Amino acid sequence: MSKMWTARLREGWQRNLPIEKLIPDAQPAYVASWIYVFGVLTLAAFSVIIASGLVLAFAGPAWYHTSSFGLFVNSLHFWSVQLFFVFMVIHLWGKFWMAAWRGRRMLTWVTGSVAFVASIATAFTGYLIQTNFDSQWIAFEAKDGFNSVGVGAVFTVTNLGQMLLLHVAFLPLILGVITLVHVLMVRKRGVVPPIDADESNTFENFSGALND
Amino acid sequence: MTKAMHSDKELFDAKPWHGKNRKYDIVKEGVIAVTVVSLLVLSFSLFFGSPDEKPLTFKGWAASNSDNFYATAVSELAGTSGTATYGAPYNKGGDGLNVGPLWLQKWVGVTHPIDTVNDFVVTPLTNSVQPAEVATALTQWKGAAEAQKSSWATKYDSAIAKVEGKLSAVPSGDYGPVPALAKGLTDMAKSGSLDAALLSQGGFFQTDATKQILYFGDGSYLDDAGTAANLQGGTWGMMNETGRYPGQAWLWLYSFWYQIPPFNNENSHPIGANADAYIMVLMGGLSLGLILMPLIPGIRTLPMRIPIHRAIWRNYYRSEGIKRRKD
Amino acid sequence: MSGWFSHFMNHPATYLKWGWVQISVTNLVVILLMFAIFLAAVFIPFPTHNESHDEIKNKGEKK
Repeated sequence: MSKMWTARLREGWQRNLPIEKLIPDAQPAYVASWIYVFGVLTLAAFSVIIASGLVLAFAGPAWYHTSSFGLFVNSLHFWSVQLFFVFMVIHLWGKFWMAAWRGRRMLTWVTGSVAFVASIATAFTGYLIQTNFDSQWIAFEAKDGFNSVGVGAVFTVTNLGQMLLLHVAFLPLILGVITLVHVLMVRKRGVVPPIDADESNTFENFSGALND
Repeated sequence: MTKAMHSDKELFDAKPWHGKNRKYDIVKEGVIAVTVVSLLVLSFSLFFGSPDEKPLTFKGWAASNSDNFYATAVSELAGTSGTATYGAPYNKGGDGLNVGPLWLQKWVGVTHPIDTVNDFVVTPLTNSVQPAEVATALTQWKGAAEAQKSSWATKYDSAIAKVEGKLSAVPSGDYGPVPALAKGLTDMAKSGSLDAALLSQGGFFQTDATKQILYFGDGSYLDDAGTAANLQGGTWGMMNETGRYPGQAWLWLYSFWYQIPPFNNENSHPIGANADAYIMVLMGGLSLGLILMPLIPGIRTLPMRIPIHRAIWRNYYRSEGIKRRKD
Repeated sequence: MSGWFSHFMNHPATYLKWGWVQISVTNLVVILLMFAIFLAAVFIPFPTHNESHDEIKNKGEKK
């Protein structure tokens, strides 16, 4: 193997995640249920959130109070978040009942559930920057929880500027990166085989397959 | 299942799939998903719009419940308000909450200092033009010794508390300039100039609303509005949105703890009195549990014991003739 | 643009109460819908376009 870092990175990537795995055109035959569409639906909702959020970010947090187009974009942002959570929770239920962490897929589960927790934090900061009655109320109530464990010293929910920047820059970036790792893990490890499936019903024609 | 069988199974699950495949167009799936979700979001937005209830203002508070605003101003001067007795990270007015021996709130110290006397009352009054009696009162207040200020404010605050906030029933007494200061601040709030004065504190740029929000919560105006909108934490308000819009259903578990004993009783020690802290720690632990669920015995085997997977993969099980494994 | 039914949506919500359990009708609808969608996703047959399962072999196969 080459000693060049660049070459190592490229070779490592190609070994672990060749393009056929990254963008597959075939799936195991058992991947045949509507439950499998909720991962991609969550990603689709996330993309609508990002798109509507970018429009909202352009004109600042108070724009939608006075512009009817702004309110419409705010509605797109609001409903895409609602759908995002609905799809993500159904995806989570599905993966739980499939015990999808089997076969060295622990990291896929971990990144997925971290993404869920990060989504809640991101949504929470979104509620705080609405600059309306809801955000006044949420800021006043939520400060006590964070203060009570010392977190309020660095994460100040009543600080509009801080929440605004976390919501539009830091948290979406973190969530995006976790989601990316999650999706790459799914592509690398493949979709978990059915519970109770074993060699006897998948390897009948592939006697040499286990030796690779 | 024996340990050896278990690791065989784990090895099989980890191997690349060499069984039957079916065609799968990942790009087409992605495009369809984005299209479907966009159309759904578009329809919901066109039909229902989104919630946006106007923020409350100090002007609204002073206009609708002038006595409550006035009494709150006095409590800020006397150091008896919620903010003045809060403790860290705003001041040393209290110890804050604890989890057993962990006084995390107190230990992090005062990182966002708030001095209710000056930040909430004296500075906003000083930074704008005041009528003669308020200006005189300000001069008298600023020239007085700390003990004298405290004595005036405490006496007046107690007198108001004694008559349960009914200002007309407060007996006369040695309150110094405190009534004039409270009256001045109430008039300022009524005129609509206090919101901006609290935010800027005499400065120019400001992006931190901590002071207004804390002051706002010291009176009954915000609390009453929260109750009216069903947003109170003790009645699952954390999950609710203004109007008929869907709220944060994903906070159901966080909200749940606030409904049950001992968390819902602030007089029960040590947990109820420190509910915010205990619930935060509990939810942190439960979140960690979700993340590490595949390692938790009893839970990680639930999917094998409750056979929802037989329905999900039913075609595959049928075509391969796979029976449920009895372990 | 405020939405065709936003007037209706901005009315105070109806809350259902059973003892200490309290939930808005909207949240209840959302949660029930999630369960319904989950069950539908598990039980409604997934179209497989009549393709024969063993038509395609795994491309990543070594031999």
